Amino acid sequence: MSSTTIGAAPAAPAPKVETPFQRFVSEFAASRIALLGLVVFLAIVAIAVLAPWIAPQNPYDLAQLDIMDGRMEPGTVGGAGFTFWLGTDDQGRDMLSGIMYGLRISLMVGAGSAIIACLVGASLGMLAAYAGGRTDSLIMRLVDLQLSFPAILAALMILAFLGKGIFNVVLALVIVEWAYYARTVRGSALVERRREYIEAAQCLALPTRRIIFRHLLPNCLPPLIVVGTMQVARAIALEATLSFLGLGVPITEPSLGLLISNGYEYMLSGKYWISFYPGIALLVTIVSINLVGDQLRDVLNPRLKR
Amino acid sequence: MTAFLLRRLIQAAAVVLVMSLLVFLGVFAVGDPVEILISPEADQFERERAVKALGLDLPLWQQYLVFLGNALQGDLGRSFVFNEPALKLILERMPATLELAIGATIAALVIGLPLGLYAGLRPNGALSKGIMATSILGFSLPTFWVGLMLIMVFAVQLGWLPSTGRGETVTILGTRWSFLTSDGIAHLIMPALNLALFKISLVIRLTRAGVRETMLMDYVKFARAKGLSPARVTFVHVFKNILIPVVTVVGLEFGGTIAFSVVTESVFAWPGMGKLIIDSINVLDRPVMVAYLMMIVLLFITINLVVDLTYSLLDPRVRLEGKQ
Repeated sequence: MSSTTIGAAPAAPAPKVETPFQRFVSEFAASRIALLGLVVFLAIVAIAVLAPWIAPQNPYDLAQLDIMDGRMEPGTVGGAGFTFWLGTDDQGRDMLSGIMYGLRISLMVGAGSAIIACLVGASLGMLAAYAGGRTDSLIMRLVDLQLSFPAILAALMILAFLGKGIFNVVLALVIVEWAYYARTVRGSALVERRREYIEAAQCLALPTRRIIFRHLLPNCLPPLIVVGTMQVARAIALEATLSFLGLGVPITEPSLGLLISNGYEYMLSGKYWISFYPGIALLVTIVSINLVGDQLRDVLNPRLKR
Repeated sequence: MTAFLLRRLIQAAAVVLVMSLLVFLGVFAVGDPVEILISPEADQFERERAVKALGLDLPLWQQYLVFLGNALQGDLGRSFVFNEPALKLILERMPATLELAIGATIAALVIGLPLGLYAGLRPNGALSKGIMATSILGFSLPTFWVGLMLIMVFAVQLGWLPSTGRGETVTILGTRWSFLTSDGIAHLIMPALNLALFKISLVIRLTRAGVRETMLMDYVKFARAKGLSPARVTFVHVFKNILIPVVTVVGLEFGGTIAFSVVTESVFAWPGMGKLIIDSINVLDRPVMVAYLMMIVLLFITINLVVDLTYSLLDPRVRLEGKQ
């Protein structure tokens, strides 16, 4: 979807009959800053995906590392003959390559947990809205309980019991985040299911499964997309925080948060770059996702429709 | 009202019970407590005696009851690392965390209110737009990284403020406080600002929205029509009224601030509860983990209960719902 968004944006002006998708694209592109956010985000995704081919060095390959290159300032030329544009860490790893590989892990954990949490949360929210009664109040009680505890504490608790590891981090993030999706879907499903088209579908004696998946769910998607975008950014930030605290990803698969954490002890001796640049990468990622999410919220909000 | 209160208390107690079960099962799911509690040099006989003494030969549900009984008496086990009661360790570090959280709350109000007020009074000014754009950053920036950057700029490059620790403390009523010495205040500034970052943005947004709404009210128009000075209208008529929702939200956020101090305390090596729990997780000091989690659960249940009760006092609809 994303690549067509960019390609279609300049072609959008003055079509006679706009399809809903074209209207969505031109409305989204109306905000220059959101468009910039989208472009930056796509660039980041491209860097993360292509990291093994475009990074100057493979930071996991110990044969390519030279301990003599350790803690070099940005711009110095290393023993292997290429320039460390963003400096090196204590192991002699090129920070630029480290950040490219770190982005892969951060994005994977962020997007992976958001997708699973969305599936779990949306299903439960839909179930709550459609079943009503006791099922509804049980699920919503769980949601309330989950949301009344700060995400960081719940994640901390889960990781304290499960231990480090990418899978455990994703699991913790899913447990922390499903409630947002459940609440969003339930809210819009409760409104939608009173509409005539659902009544019509029920009069046609369509099976419940079909009503939920083909009629109800597509109409609950817009708010879900907005929440999902924001939650990806939140998940990436939370993963970075947990990894910084030493409870997130293992040292063999360093995400941006762990890279920042590794540079912490060198910060006090003025070697700022080990923490600084991964932090900038993290910041740019989060802000670009939030910009896109902000604009999506405005575009997809039916109350703001003219 | 009494029935409502009772119902909420029973609900709160049920949640505490469920959480204690989760924490208990979580701790026992991690590993064999015998391995940690009993020294590896102990022979078979000593091991069996210790297992019996600790009650580890009982079935799990009985062990849980023992754990619950001890917890009710304020005994949450002894720390493996410090060899002191876990609860005592946590209570010892609580003042430091509270000091940090209160400092952050004050910072959020002192910085956020004037900025939000300005942005609300001149919504189209360049400076207001700048304030609002910066407040978005406050929501997106990862707290721990901002903390590192603060250390880098103000401690390493400029050397204005100390980077870590609590500094000189004064003992009052048996607890140590930093905010009464100038050295302690210097140590407090950066961590408190760091923890306040998110709340500053929140206060700015709330205040701005409140001011923009209140400025359109009839009583404000009337005050202006009466010829009162703009300063008097702003500070007496508008400001006093927006203060109520802002203070309510900031109060509600207090629990979250204590939770988030885990991150700030780790960055600035602030010796509070949050630093203790991270250190305990890293060395697998389980009794301290359990004690901390139970304390936090209790804290949040209490905050939620107080909030619910306050709402029911303020809003009769909530109160009457229980009577139907």
